[in-house]
Amino acid sequence: MTASQDLPAWKTGHQGPLLVVDQLETRFATPDGSVSAVNGVSFTVDKGETIGIVGESGSGKSQVLMSIMGLLPHNGTSTGSVQFDGREILGLRREELNKIRGTQMAMIFQDPMTALNPYLTVGRQLTEVLTFHQSMNPALAREQAREVLEQVHIPEPGKRLDMYPHELSGGMRQRVMIAMGMLCRPDLLIADEPTTALDVTIQAEILDLLAEQQAVTGTAIILVTHDLGVVAGLCDRVMVMYGGRIVEQGPVRDIFYDPQHPYTRALLLSMPRLDDDLSGDLPTIAGQPPNLARMPPGCAFAPRCGFASDQCRISVPPLREIAPGRAKACTLDRLVA
Amino acid sequence: MSLPHSAPLLSVRDLKVHFPVKSDLFAEKRVVKAVDGVSFDLYPGETLGIVGESGCGKSTLGRAVLKLIPSTAGKVVWLGRALEDASKADQRALRRDMQIIFQDPLAALDPRMTVGAIVAEPLDTFEPGMAEQAKRGRVVEAMERVGLPSHLINRYPHEFSGGQCQRIGIARALILRPKLLVCDEPVSALDVSIQAQIVNLLRKLQAEENLALIFISHNLSVVRRISARVMVLYLGKIAELADRDEIYRNPRHPYTQALLSAVPIADPDKERAKKRVSLTGDLPSPIDPPSGCVFRTRCPIVIEKCHTIMPALEPVTDSHTVSCHRWREAIELLME
Repeated sequence: MTASQDLPAWKTGHQGPLLVVDQLETRFATPDGSVSAVNGVSFTVDKGETIGIVGESGSGKSQVLMSIMGLLPHNGTSTGSVQFDGREILGLRREELNKIRGTQMAMIFQDPMTALNPYLTVGRQLTEVLTFHQSMNPALAREQAREVLEQVHIPEPGKRLDMYPHELSGGMRQRVMIAMGMLCRPDLLIADEPTTALDVTIQAEILDLLAEQQAVTGTAIILVTHDLGVVAGLCDRVMVMYGGRIVEQGPVRDIFYDPQHPYTRALLLSMPRLDDDLSGDLPTIAGQPPNLARMPPGCAFAPRCGFASDQCRISVPPLREIAPGRAKACTLDRLVA
Repeated sequence: MSLPHSAPLLSVRDLKVHFPVKSDLFAEKRVVKAVDGVSFDLYPGETLGIVGESGCGKSTLGRAVLKLIPSTAGKVVWLGRALEDASKADQRALRRDMQIIFQDPLAALDPRMTVGAIVAEPLDTFEPGMAEQAKRGRVVEAMERVGLPSHLINRYPHEFSGGQCQRIGIARALILRPKLLVCDEPVSALDVSIQAQIVNLLRKLQAEENLALIFISHNLSVVRRISARVMVLYLGKIAELADRDEIYRNPRHPYTQALLSAVPIADPDKERAKKRVSLTGDLPSPIDPPSGCVFRTRCPIVIEKCHTIMPALEPVTDSHTVSCHRWREAIELLME
């Protein structure tokens, strides 16, 4: 994908991946001591690519996004490195970050009702990005906001600009969020469970919309979700997270058709599907997801893993390459389906 | 599985639940028709899945069947007896045979009660005066049936994970050995790996105790796993009702087809090659539902007739009914 036509000169000089996350660690200070939510996560995102991050609650998937965007709450700190377009952005001051956020990288959230300001009209919230970041004059900004609402298939876009978020349906609000995210044609769009709160027919529309917008703008997308079906439809590459670490990553077809980490495989098997065989019980993953405040010393999945050895319970297996573009954090040689 | 020749446990006839909406002083009184003329039978040991999008009335229907909210019109007949005719006291007594579990398992449990006290509460209500020893025995038994170790009996809900809290809710619901369990989105708040545990548990309990389930969910894959029959609701009305395999393999209503085709499949090749029936627009307001067929504003194959005439539920086969003027040709038209 190319996204380089109207990029500033200092950016076009940068080759290599759009985003490089290296050894990211995110910790939260809590009354019960420090809790580690992200433990040494490294990955890259190329221009125009769509990456899926899947995992259950507490896997750290959302905290990776928040760390990248510099949106951690006050008790959270990140170490490691996050390079966006060749520039280190981790620990950047807020004013500096605000020059990037909303223009070059944007985020959309799970619940559009809480992410939109209930006191401001849709138009005001949309044009804010343009008047603030691009010092556009209000009339022009309004026209552009109307256009972008039209692009996300909102009927009567002119009328919607004067409405408040509560006057719109859930699907419509999420479309406004996407419009807002796409308004400045960012190089990177970070989407945290963007369709989880929506009904399935609306979800399908929103996912189509994301793909459609991406085809136009060449934006790279990081999509965080617990829904493997969504990942299967939209993503080029997938990272599976468990207990704050990446346990497996690879191209989407490899992850689904030849999962190599026991957790990935168990997750795929335990998910009821419209096309699965109904004889017998659904395979389950015994036990509970790990408690981040009380992590086991070895592999976080070991207590629930059918293949775990004594070694697995003592030391954390490193993420190692098993084929070009594929890696897993597991001591097992090869998992046969 | 259902035994059609046995007498139904529950017969619901033309049930309506309308909520008044606050309006201006002199304006015409308006109502939300949350459930609008729903009829079905449920047999002992059978599972009826109820699916639909938010606002379709599925939770309201579940609660109205249990008389947890009053119905506006229609009948709920429990073992041959209309609940509407029963006195409040009789309704209470009958309720020991009908229980419910909820979506948010933690919110459904009193945080200041121990697990033992929570699970024992129905016994306190329906079998007061039971000896402590006997009660404890029943609680331990109920906990073990749902896979909760009985040594956790003195713990509090916050010490449990979401999946375990749902197990506590199930133990509480089943301690009186009811004949019907209404499950209102019981796995929607749980992680994927935990969902499977709860679905398997419900299937096991159902088989062991000949329990009838009304399983309300927006997740069509989960409903397919557990249901013998499936009802698709749209704006408070039945769009389609059929045996499980029939509805998933041979959906007739355009809405059912759209719903099924919108479910993402966890298989990249299949998901990307899939043909989808897409709908336009959002769910209309239930305060002001469309004339004629309630689905017509989003239907891809709407015709003139749909604007004026509400389609009746027509039989496709003995075990399959659908409410669409064009059900005979819908599949062909939509797959073009």
